[in-house]
Amino acid sequence: MKILIPGALRSYTGESHVDAEGDTLDQLFADLDRRYPGLRFRVVDEQGQLRPNMRIFVNGLGVRDLRQALKPDDFVAVVLALSGG
Amino acid sequence: MSRTTATSPASIKKAAARLVVLVATRKGAWLFHSDGKRKAWTVDGPHFLGHTISHVMLDPRDGRTLLAAARTGHLGPTVFRSTNLGRSWKEAQQPPAFAAASNGLPGRSVDHTFWLTPGHASEPGSWYAGTSPQGLFRSIDAGVTWAPLPAVNDDPQFREWMGSAQDGTPDGPKLHSVIVDPRDPKHLYFGMSGGGVHESRDGGQSWATLIQGMEVVEGFDAATVTFHDPHCVRLCPANPDRLYQQNHCGIYRLDRTDRPSGDVWHRIGRKMPKRVGDIGFPMVVHPRDADTAWVFPMDGTDVWPRTSPAGQPAAYVTRNAGKTWQRLDQGLPDSQAWWTVKRQAMTVDAQAKPALYLGTTGGELWIGRDEGASWTNIARHLPEIYAVEVAELA
Repeated sequence: MKILIPGALRSYTGESHVDAEGDTLDQLFADLDRRYPGLRFRVVDEQGQLRPNMRIFVNGLGVRDLRQALKPDDFVAVVLALSGG
Repeated sequence: MSRTTATSPASIKKAAARLVVLVATRKGAWLFHSDGKRKAWTVDGPHFLGHTISHVMLDPRDGRTLLAAARTGHLGPTVFRSTNLGRSWKEAQQPPAFAAASNGLPGRSVDHTFWLTPGHASEPGSWYAGTSPQGLFRSIDAGVTWAPLPAVNDDPQFREWMGSAQDGTPDGPKLHSVIVDPRDPKHLYFGMSGGGVHESRDGGQSWATLIQGMEVVEGFDAATVTFHDPHCVRLCPANPDRLYQQNHCGIYRLDRTDRPSGDVWHRIGRKMPKRVGDIGFPMVVHPRDADTAWVFPMDGTDVWPRTSPAGQPAAYVTRNAGKTWQRLDQGLPDSQAWWTVKRQAMTVDAQAKPALYLGTTGGELWIGRDEGASWTNIARHLPEIYAVEVAELA
């Protein structure tokens, strides 16, 4: 599926849109980390929680639970929260 | 102001610099190179512009490996490594991260790595890291991978002393001042804000508290470890049995004995001028004279403004282990200077006539020549400075 990567993470991916796979968001980030080592820990902490101020949208809907199921044609956007103006 | 020129990292080598001052700030890292005269400085930076850099350290065992503790406002914490003095950086493969929940304790997440300490000279590649919230980590591969020390991080007693994130300092409770005894790689110290001073003699497998004599905020019980707030602890290279400490409640010296009952911190800050007080964050010790140490007091009255007392910044030095103190402010602003110096942002080099270095919350880098007798500005207009280290290059 297609993933939108925020500017702050493009030092890992080199581009704004990448492809990755997974039946859940957790699996998706595991696949992203295989392709771009280190990326997952900048977004998901060691207790498996999405870090504060990071947001994820699946087909435009905000999601925080990494157990969220995904389909191959979903569009996932990883976004830095708009915090502080 | 000292002469400072900008250059690209590639041209640093041609400058044949011997000293490097490593400046970690809220918005990136800068390296200032000079020779033994310390008159002219060449600036290399910014590195990691926009990243919050808590600490940058050079490995004294090879004189060229740098570690930088980083995070950003949104992204999680990590550690970057350079084996060529910052010409290129690589991210750690496994940055400091807590283990899964255990012992019935809630799981924790590292907010940022705060403190980096190279391991013992006999253990190349070993490093220690202190984090916020309080955690202790060790690397044995020069910072590529980091492992938590469970005897601290997952011990119920330590967790009680650490308290929650809300019990800590405004930007998070911290484990800091990780010290390796130069005589024994298994003899370690660290401090926690809050949570006391602790030591291990078995490489971190077991720990003992070291708080006798330390005071706590009025009305609280000094026997309760969690109330103790050491800000910075330093071991004297010239006498590893002597430590100095800047604490939330004063300045202390500890001379180790061979019996626990004799290991008592003495509040040497009581000899500081009353109008200045003995509250502050950094503590600096002389590289060759265990009777000489420096502090940089701040205003710890009322609501804790954390500014220079009366807007008049000054270092203070003792040359007799704390019996008396002298003010060192020549060259520093004499009024309306409301910055201060954080706990990692003041240090000393090991040249024949040592110079002090400090970075301010207002983004200024200063050198205190002749052991702080005369201060000169090296750089202005940097972001808020979190840490300053100086090292001699290989």
